[in-house]
Amino acid sequence: MTDQTLNRQIDTAAREGESPVIQPPVAKRGLIGWLRANLFSTWYNSIVTLLLLYLLLQIVPGMIDWVFLSAVWTPASAEVCRAASGACWAFIHEKYRLILFGTYPFAEQWRPTLAVAIFLALILSSCNRLFWKPWLGLAWIVGLVAVAVLMYGGVLGLTLVPTTRWGGLPLTLMLATFGLAFGFPLGILMALGRRSNMPALRLLSVGYIELIRGVPLITVLFMAMVMFPLFLPQGVSINNLLRAQIGIILFASAYLAEVVRGGLQAIPKGQYEAADSLGLSYWQKTGLIILPQALRISIPPLVNTFIGFFKDTSLVLIIGLFDLVGAAKTALTDPAWRGFYRESYFFIAIIYFVFCYSMSKYSQYLEKKLNVGTRR
Amino acid sequence: MAVESERGIAAPSKTQFWNEPQFRAVFYQVLAIVLVLFAGWYLVSNVMDNLARQNVASGFRFLDRPAGFAIGESLISYSAADTYGRAFLVGILNTFRVAVLGIVLATILGVIMGIARLSSNWLVAKIASMYVEVMRNLPLLLQLFIWYGVITVSLPGPRDALNPVEGVFLSNRGFMIPAPVADPVHAYMGIAALIALAAAIAIRRWAKRRQAETGAQFPVYRTAIGLLIGLPAIAWLLGGAPAVLETPELRGFNFVGGVSLTPEFAALLFGLTFYTAAFIAEIVRGGILAVSHGQSEAAFALGLRKNMVLRFVVLPQALRIIIPPTTSQYLNLTKNSSLAVAIGYPDLVSVGNTTLNQTGQAIEAISIFMAVYLTFSLSISLFMNWYNKAIALVER
Repeated sequence: MTDQTLNRQIDTAAREGESPVIQPPVAKRGLIGWLRANLFSTWYNSIVTLLLLYLLLQIVPGMIDWVFLSAVWTPASAEVCRAASGACWAFIHEKYRLILFGTYPFAEQWRPTLAVAIFLALILSSCNRLFWKPWLGLAWIVGLVAVAVLMYGGVLGLTLVPTTRWGGLPLTLMLATFGLAFGFPLGILMALGRRSNMPALRLLSVGYIELIRGVPLITVLFMAMVMFPLFLPQGVSINNLLRAQIGIILFASAYLAEVVRGGLQAIPKGQYEAADSLGLSYWQKTGLIILPQALRISIPPLVNTFIGFFKDTSLVLIIGLFDLVGAAKTALTDPAWRGFYRESYFFIAIIYFVFCYSMSKYSQYLEKKLNVGTRR
Repeated sequence: MAVESERGIAAPSKTQFWNEPQFRAVFYQVLAIVLVLFAGWYLVSNVMDNLARQNVASGFRFLDRPAGFAIGESLISYSAADTYGRAFLVGILNTFRVAVLGIVLATILGVIMGIARLSSNWLVAKIASMYVEVMRNLPLLLQLFIWYGVITVSLPGPRDALNPVEGVFLSNRGFMIPAPVADPVHAYMGIAALIALAAAIAIRRWAKRRQAETGAQFPVYRTAIGLLIGLPAIAWLLGGAPAVLETPELRGFNFVGGVSLTPEFAALLFGLTFYTAAFIAEIVRGGILAVSHGQSEAAFALGLRKNMVLRFVVLPQALRIIIPPTTSQYLNLTKNSSLAVAIGYPDLVSVGNTTLNQTGQAIEAISIFMAVYLTFSLSISLFMNWYNKAIALVER
């Protein structure tokens, strides 16, 4: 559009008493405008864009080819897979029950499936803020007991399945959820102890929290494995899964204590003083005034801590339990299907990613929602 | 009470002594200590009983016995005939090596990715945020296995190793890189580099003082870089410029010469670096975003150029926010290096685990783990606290 035509347009518009509608220049609108603003704004941005596009062209078509086009989708033997150039999803088809449920008896695998469904239902319903009522806590207790009964059996006509045969996704979910559920009360006590004005309690709490947070989870798990049997009197023994679970609970409680302490520190002093001046006892003050507010603030970091533990439970494979990663590795040891590590890891990577990514998005959403009252 | 005090009579305490806050405080604390001591005594006595029954001699004397197992890679000389103590030392040094390298690389990559996520270039920002999301949401252990699989399964054998650059070989036996042949001049170069570092710090102090007094600026960074490159280069030239590079060569079934990164070390280093860098990137992004727009706008209004705004206004303020969480990421990386045991890199935990299985000295081995990691953690947080204090906002 030349200047003259533009001026003529403005003139006509002015004469007719309307405000002129003038489109921005072509270079600033539509696709071209977007490209110029976001990809080619300066000469070095253009170079970077072109370089990255070249790199993507090198990588992405190959990946799409591997994942979709040349992949073996139908059930097939390992030989067919080796001949194909793409991914071997037949391997996943062959092994998905092993990866998802470990060595749980094949005929009984509806039980871990149901357990996972209960977990998902509990987690999803906990995400809805309308459900944040006391009965949700009750639902969790009932749900966790149901999961334990389903997995272990021995009652209600369910056959007994020893914990050594548990594995896969339910184990991962159990270790993380039970770790958080039991570590949380312990963590609250530690956080209160750390904020207490009694020096002995404070010292004990600080010592515990810093000791646990200063060492890797794997040393705590080793400790649980080799030292717990020594701690117990003769003749008493606890099984490996329980040892690992206790190790995770102890480990989680120290991290949860720090999360709760962050919430406690954010409560203004006036709240404490107001509760004191009402004559409330320490536990009334803590239970009715301080903790409800502090825990509300700590929910988003709590979700992040849970994501961390969900990922960290994979470490139990080092001490010989078959969680999701452990089961995926076990699936690879089948001599007939050796070498399909990419498919196996890709499969569980997607499971982990779906869980962790949705939880982290939820935590961000929650942070925004819960800040409504305090945000300016 | 109010009535009594009006009468001017000191009110006698009507509360029973067990309701006094002071008494309760003492009571609860004594109770807590007694409980902990009792639990401790119970556990220790059980442990003593169990050890006596298993005929395990407690104590650290086993550290002087010969270890009898070989370790794949070591910074100091080690053979199976050496003691358990030396094996532990090898493990500690290996942990240290991967942690230090990982921290340096993760910081570089993390800062690049964090800034890239804020880039005005849409493609760069999207790729960086995809990287961060994928890395943060997969377990580190899984990532280690994937790296290890990529190196040991997908890379070709030594005979047809990938050779992307002259002298560099990538194979399923590890990465081979050329290295300069050891020469005494290298030590002098190291000394020269240290002198250059000290001089650079001194010049920075002097330049700061002079700028505060006179306002005159001095190109500190250019001088420092010049010194850091120049002094070792001069030392190298004076030492006769030894330029013999030992390139790896294929002999028999494996490579000889040069520096080799074992698959285990490479997988662990890559895993730790890429995983931690994603977290550091988020911290860096958050820190830069937290500096209010007014700051950079004011700096632009004063006529500072873009790089000066970054250097003098935005980064110093962002660093204050970035440093504390980055410290805990460094600590996490150091602790996560213990996952080495899963892929067979001989770090402290892996060596200790072998020792534990051979000798049954569970308590001793685990106390060594804890002592070493606590020392690492405390030294990193002490150093970072010192640095944090050095750059903290000085208020009235």
